[in-house]
Amino acid sequence: MAQHSRKGAQIQALTANRLADGIVVYLTADNRWSESLQDADVIEGKEAGEALLARAQPAIDGNIVVEPYLFEVVREDGNIRAASVRETIRQAGPTVRLDLGKQAELPGVHR
Amino acid sequence: MYRYDEFDHQLVNERVAQFRGQVARRLSGELTEDEFKPLRLMNGVYLQLHAYMLRVAIPYGTLSSKQLRMLAHIGRKYDRGYGHFTTRQNLQYNWPALKDMPDVLHDLATVEMHAIQTSGNCIRNVTSDQYAGAAKDEIEDPRIVSEIIRQWSTFHPEFSFLPRKFKIAVSGTPDDRAAIRVHDIGIQIVRDGKGEIGYEIYVGGGLGRTPMIGKKIADFVPKEDLLAYLEAIMRVYNMYGRRDNIYKARIKILVHEIGAEEMKRQVDAEFAEIRKTGALHLPAEEVARIQAYFAPPAYETLPDESTELNKAVVADRDFANWVKSNVAAHKVPGYAIVNISLKPIGGTPGDCSSEQMDAVADIAEKYSFDELRVTHEQNLTLADVRKKDLPAVHAALKAAGLATANINLITDQIACPGLDYCALANARSIPLAQQISERFADLDRQHDIGELKINTSGCINACGHHHVGHIGILGVDKKGVEYYQVTLGGAADEKTAIGDIVGPAFTEEQIVDAIETIVTTYLGLRQPGERFIDTYRRIGIDPFKESLYATH
Ligand code: HEM
Ligand code: SF4
Repeated sequence: MAQHSRKGAQIQALTANRLADGIVVYLTADNRWSESLQDADVIEGKEAGEALLARAQPAIDGNIVVEPYLFEVVREDGNIRAASVRETIRQAGPTVRLDLGKQAELPGVHR
Repeated sequence: MYRYDEFDHQLVNERVAQFRGQVARRLSGELTEDEFKPLRLMNGVYLQLHAYMLRVAIPYGTLSSKQLRMLAHIGRKYDRGYGHFTTRQNLQYNWPALKDMPDVLHDLATVEMHAIQTSGNCIRNVTSDQYAGAAKDEIEDPRIVSEIIRQWSTFHPEFSFLPRKFKIAVSGTPDDRAAIRVHDIGIQIVRDGKGEIGYEIYVGGGLGRTPMIGKKIADFVPKEDLLAYLEAIMRVYNMYGRRDNIYKARIKILVHEIGAEEMKRQVDAEFAEIRKTGALHLPAEEVARIQAYFAPPAYETLPDESTELNKAVVADRDFANWVKSNVAAHKVPGYAIVNISLKPIGGTPGDCSSEQMDAVADIAEKYSFDELRVTHEQNLTLADVRKKDLPAVHAALKAAGLATANINLITDQIACPGLDYCALANARSIPLAQQISERFADLDRQHDIGELKINTSGCINACGHHHVGHIGILGVDKKGVEYYQVTLGGAADEKTAIGDIVGPAFTEEQIVDAIETIVTTYLGLRQPGERFIDTYRRIGIDPFKESLYATH
């Protein structure tokens, strides 16, 4: 599957699911977990990626989130967008139920 | 239908209490994710793309109205007001929170439901014919055998850690509506020359990465020997099934590698051993006890013709169309089988809102002995409706947005959740089904095309049964972009076949046109009376290749 990480990926963000309710969250620059991709810390390069993963570890150990991973994003018109279809759907909600998921709940989460 | 005995109640309640403790320990951090994951999977809880997913077992697809109302309630209270009926006759919720899961399972247990055997390497929920007990040519109600197998396999210590998951399906009629030849074990109920009932056994069918059609290894297993025979199969599988490679662990690989003959020899030898001890002899009283749960409902004596029905057919074209496609013959005079399509034009195959579930529960209570079925094609069935009630049933379904008249037509498609929900997906499935549905919405055109099954899966796991769709669509990922590979000529009935790949995959923009080209090609080449699958079997794949790719 091409979604998780891609060779040559340049800028990345880190996502996970919240343990208690499974909701998709993103690690922010000040080490919080936000439901909005727009709040995500965006980094460049392999080393920065590893550092970002390391910063997720306390929340794993603290049973706040599960299944963290890096994924590729692009900056567009001042917004952060997921590069793959999978992560776009994950950050917005099902494309077949626009009334559900973040697209319906969070202002400014576009698809 | 089957009612829990004390033992079942205790078992399920203990399981809920146990899981409540496990969830609490996970949330408090006493259990790590690695420790907890297998425990949640054993209770039907997956982590999906947007949230957790809960899979609820509906044994052999039979539900009471009360149970369906509880499923509606759970959808409202813990989810987002709907559920998704699956090809395994189960129901999935897409949004429940882990912290609520013990309460959900508790609520389910109050109506004798649970999520056991919906995940993990065990014998999964047994599936069967949605027309069970009502089909015209039925030899025996397949739910009797299904329930016997359910009781035997639930928590069976030898079968809790199989090399891989294990699926059994049972059919009681020569027409196979349960897709038994694509299951690990398929059981066909038959009658021998002396009028005795027994079982034809198929083994090693399956879809997924390596699709296989089950091979027949027994022509007639007598009733009292069924469990002994199944146990023999399980032992051979447990001994030789490959645990080293997840892709080779299903029994279909074993049967494929050693051959059906050798499989039969091994099973027969094991069967002879088991029979010596006599332990698994199925006593007639036990069969009778379970059979009693599936005793026919209190049918009235009615004339087979209904003047109410005949009048309504003439008066109302919508109703007439619905009767034509959604109503099937019943074994009892004056009764009919009603299929409720969960495939509205442009809708999500298998999705059902809590309001719709409540409506169906009311209709089933009033018109079909308080009971309904889930079909493996992601529809619902009311098995025992008086013909004279059909106009009222249709009106009630219409009011709930459930009167789509398309059973077995081109818009009655199977589709897995795909990339809109599923963490394993390569591509979306539901939007394709929706676009195809809209393209072929015209009912006259649908009837002209006739029976045609389009099945779509979002990845090679084949939850959407694409290999056995007359037209199968498989989502593939090419560098983060969705593509769709098409197969033709699959079938899941008594003439089961795996579809042939027609050629290079299509883009999302091309795929609906490609489907239309296939349909048009068929319409141009069919002979009178031929369905798509008949034409395909006669002319093969080349004319379709030609029309799809020649102009490109
Ligand atoms: C969304 C969560 C789901 C996940 C994570 C999932 C996962 C899987 C996996 C991994 C397999 C392949 C297993 C193997 O080959 O041994 C599989 C097979 C299957 N799934 Fe799902 N599935 C999901 C949803 C569904 C749904 C919604 C349906 C029904 C519409 C379904 C029906 C099936 C069936 C019938 C197979 C059997 C294919 C075979 O015979 O090998 N699954 N699933
Ligand atoms: S076929 Fe693949 S994409 Fe579809 S539900 Fe199964 S695992 Fe998910």
